[in-house]
Amino acid sequence: MDGSLAPAESADSASALGGEPAAGTGDGRPELSPADADRLVAGMRRICGEDAVITHPHDLRTYESDGLLHYRATPRLAVLPRTSEEVQGVLRLCHELGVPWVARGSGSGLSGGALPVEDGVLVVLSQMRRVLEVDLDNHRVVVEPGVTNVQVSQAVAPDFFYPPDPSSQIVCSIGGNVAENSGGAHCFKYGFTTNYVTGLEVVLSDGEVVQLGGHELDRPGYDLLGAFVGSEGTLGVATRITLRVLPKPEATKTFVAFFETTTAAGETVSDIVSAGVVPGAIEMMDSLAIECSEQMAHAGYPLDAGAVLLVELDGPRAECDARFDEVVAICERHGGRDLRVARDEAERELLWKTRKAAFPAMGRLSPHYFVQDGVIPRTRLPDVLDRIRGLSDQYGMQVANVFHAGDGNLHPLVCYDGKKEGEAQRAEELSALILEACLDAGGSITGEHGVGVDKKRHMPKQFSECDLDAFQRLRCAFDPAGLANPGKLMPTPRLCGEVPGPYREHPLEKAGLAERF
Amino acid sequence: MPSASSASVVVQRPGSPEQGAEALGAAAREGQRVRIVGGGTKLGWGNQVAQADLELRTEGLSRLVEHNEGDLTAVVEAGMGLAEAQEAFAAAGQMLSLDPPDPGGATVGGLVATGDSGPMRHRYGAARDLVLGVTAALPDGRLAHAGGRVIKNVAGYDLAKLMCASYGTLGVIVEVVLRLHPRPAATASVGAPVATADELATGAAALARAPLELLSLDVAWHEGRGAVLARAAGSAALDAAQAAGRVLLEAGLEAELHEDDEALWEEQRAGQRAGAGVRDDGERGSGYDDAKRGSGSNDGEGGSAPVNGERGDGGEAVVRISGRPDQLAEVASVADEHGARVVGRAALGLFWLTLPAGDPAATLAAIGALRGRLSPSPCVVLDAPEAVRASLDPWGVGEGAELALGRRLKARFDPQGTCNPGLFVGGM
Repeated sequence: MDGSLAPAESADSASALGGEPAAGTGDGRPELSPADADRLVAGMRRICGEDAVITHPHDLRTYESDGLLHYRATPRLAVLPRTSEEVQGVLRLCHELGVPWVARGSGSGLSGGALPVEDGVLVVLSQMRRVLEVDLDNHRVVVEPGVTNVQVSQAVAPDFFYPPDPSSQIVCSIGGNVAENSGGAHCFKYGFTTNYVTGLEVVLSDGEVVQLGGHELDRPGYDLLGAFVGSEGTLGVATRITLRVLPKPEATKTFVAFFETTTAAGETVSDIVSAGVVPGAIEMMDSLAIECSEQMAHAGYPLDAGAVLLVELDGPRAECDARFDEVVAICERHGGRDLRVARDEAERELLWKTRKAAFPAMGRLSPHYFVQDGVIPRTRLPDVLDRIRGLSDQYGMQVANVFHAGDGNLHPLVCYDGKKEGEAQRAEELSALILEACLDAGGSITGEHGVGVDKKRHMPKQFSECDLDAFQRLRCAFDPAGLANPGKLMPTPRLCGEVPGPYREHPLEKAGLAERF
Repeated sequence: MPSASSASVVVQRPGSPEQGAEALGAAAREGQRVRIVGGGTKLGWGNQVAQADLELRTEGLSRLVEHNEGDLTAVVEAGMGLAEAQEAFAAAGQMLSLDPPDPGGATVGGLVATGDSGPMRHRYGAARDLVLGVTAALPDGRLAHAGGRVIKNVAGYDLAKLMCASYGTLGVIVEVVLRLHPRPAATASVGAPVATADELATGAAALARAPLELLSLDVAWHEGRGAVLARAAGSAALDAAQAAGRVLLEAGLEAELHEDDEALWEEQRAGQRAGAGVRDDGERGSGYDDAKRGSGSNDGEGGSAPVNGERGDGGEAVVRISGRPDQLAEVASVADEHGARVVGRAALGLFWLTLPAGDPAATLAAIGALRGRLSPSPCVVLDAPEAVRASLDPWGVGEGAELALGRRLKARFDPQGTCNPGLFVGGM
C-alpha cells in the first residue's frame, strides 16, 4: 500500500458489507487484495513505463486536488500515459481488477471533477499534447487531450481561431474542456465546447475504443458525441479530439462603461440583446468586484461606480462600427458614464485583465472565498441580485459579483475568514442559498464549472428522481461497471442493473449503501 | 381517447405530456410497438418498419407554454407546428433559427427528433445547438427532463442532445426549451453563377474562409451549372452581401446582388426534399436560374404537395451527404454522372443530392455508386420511392463500436423496443 488513508466514512460503509476488512475505496467497493494491488502497479509500469507511474505519497500530493483546493483525496497511484494505446491498457487493467479511475487534464477545474478516488487510479493526460492535424480547408483541427485551450487557437492562427475561451485557457486542457463542456467569456455569441467538437476517439471504461462522430456533421446514429461532451469524465477518456474552428473576426471593439447600479447595467444588457446585437462578450462586475480588481490591475476605474460593463463587439468591420454606435447609445440611455474604448490591443488587454483580476484580487480583500457558478434567465438579474444582497446582509458576509451578463451566468464570490470558527460552514450555507435563488428564478446550479463533487448534493434541487434515473441510463450504457469517475455528478451512488434480465439484489443494495437504478 | 384507424393500428392523441407518458408506459407494459407521429411530413425517412400496434400523435401537444421574450427563450410542446411557432416568435421580432424545408405541417418535435436543418444552420447550428432542454416520455411511463431553461447550463448529462435526431427511438419528445434569436433587420444575398465544379468549389471555399459572419452559405448544382450563394443579415446586410461579392470576385467569380432574396433561399430549402424541382407543368426547374425569376415571391418553388410525408412517391430520391467542405467538387461530379441536383451548406460539408425519377434499379445503383465514391462520408437516403426504400438500408452505417454503443443506449432507455422500433440506424 502506498500509505493512502481511508476516510472514516468509507471504512464504515465497507465494513457494513459484513465479513470484509475495512476498506478504503470511496464508494464502498471491496478493497483490492495485496496481490492485485501489486499486479496493478506492475501492470501500469509495463504499459506506460516506470517513469510514468507515480506511487510515492509525497509525489502524489501534486494530484490530491484540482482547482477546488478544499477537496483532497490521494489516489493509489497516478499514471501518465502518452498514447491512446496506453490509455486503453490502463483502463483495461483497471477494469480487470475492478479499480475505479479518474481522468485529469491540467487540474484547473473548479468543481472537484478531477478529485481522485481514494485507492483508485488517477489517469493524468498532460503528456498527450500533440496537435495531430490542422485541416483549414475543412475548418478542423485534431488534437490530443492534453493540448491547452490556447494552443488550439495558436495552431490555426492567424486566419482562424477556436472560440471557447475559459479564463484558465492558458493552462486548461482541451480534454478537460470536453469533460466540462467549458464556456468562457465569449460563449454568449459563440457557444460552448459542445458546439465545436465534431469527433472524439473515446476509450471506454472496459478499454474498448469508440470513434464518435468525425470531421463530418450529422453522422447517422445517436448523438453520443453530444452526450459525452460535458459528462465530467464519467463516460470514458477522450484521447483524440476533432474541433471545428472559425475564421477570425475582421474587427474587435472593446469598451467599458460605468453605471450607478447593477440594475441599470443589467437593463443595459437586456436592451443591447433585445436590439438584436450579439456582442462577443458582455461582462459585469459590481462595486465590490471593481474595488478589488482595481487594487490589483490599476486600470483607473472609478471606485464610486455601482457596476461596470465590459462589452466586446466583434465581426465584420462595418457591422462592428454600426453596432458600436448603437450600443453606446443604449449605455448612455441607462446612465452609462466614463466610457473607455480600447484603442489598441494593449488597452484591450488591460480592460480584460481588470475583469479577470477579480478572482485573484479577492484574495487580498478576504482570506478565503467560495465562487459560485449559478445561471439565471437574464431578465431576472435585478431580483436575484436583490436576494443575494439580502442574504449577504443576513449572514454579515461580503459577496462580490462577477457575471457573464449576456448568458446570465453569475459568479458570486462569498468572502469569509476560514480561521474563524464556523465561518467556512456559514459561507457554504450562504453559497447554497444563492444557488437556490438561481433555481427559484428558473436557472441552473452550474453554467460552466460543472457538478463534480462540489455541487452534486444540489442536483436533486434541479432534477427529479426520474430525471436522475434517465442520467443513470446513459451512464450505464457507457460504463456498466461504474469505474469511471465514481462519486461525481450524481447525488447518490447508483448501480447499473443488467439490461434486460431478471432482478438480482446487489450486495451493496442489500446493505442499504446504494440504490438500484 | 384511443380510436381505431383504417387498419388495425390504434391512434392516441395525448393532450398533455403526462398523458403521453401514461400512454407510452401502458403500451410498453403490453409489449406493443409504438409509432410516434408529429406533422407526418417525414414519415418516409428511416428504415421501413412493420405496422405498429399504436400510433402516438403529438397534435394534442401544441401549446406554446412560455415565450420569454426578454430572455430569448421559449418552451414549446412537441406537436406545435413549426410555422405557428415561428409566427408567434415573429410577433416579438424573434425567431427560432432553424429553417428546414417544411412542406406544410412540420412540427417542432418532429424537427428536433429528425435533426433536420436548413440554410441558416451556417450561422446558428442545428437543433442540437438550439434546444436548451427537453422533456421526454420514456417507456417506463414517466417523464424525464434534461437541460434547462437558460442558455448556459452544464448541470447533468446533456440528454437533450441525445434526443435530437434520435428519431423518437429513445422516448417521445413532448416538450422542448428553445433558444431564440432576434429576427434580422434586413437580409441581402449574392449569387455567383458557375459553369464548372471547380469554380463552384473555389467560390465556396473563398467565402467559407472569409470573416463575413454570413447567415447562410450555400451551393446549388445541376447538370454542369450551378451557383454559390451567400446571405448576409443585420442592419449592415447590404454592405456585408457586397463584401461577399468582392470575395467571390477575387476568386474569379462575378456575383449578382439580390436585395429581395427570400425566393432564392426557399429554393435551397426545397431542394432538400423530393419533388422540389418539379414545377406545376411537370418540367424540371434549374435551381438558381429559376429562383432568380421567381425572386420576390415564392412561386418559383413550384413543388408538388406532400402526400402524407411520402415525398418519394414522385420517383425522386434524396440522399443527404454528411461530408467535408473539400468534397464539394467531387459531390458535383458524382451528381452529374447520375443527372442529380445538389444543394448544400458549403462551409459545413452537408449536401442533399436528388436523383431523378427513374427505374428503381437505376436509383439503387446510383446510390450504391455515390456511397462508394464518397466513402467514408455517410450518405443517408431520406425521401425515396417505395420500391427503392424496400431494397436498401437508408442509413448506410455498418456495424462497429459506435453502433454497438448506440445499441446499449437503446437497451437502457427502451429495453423492449417500444419506441419506433426498427426505424433507426442498424434497425434500432
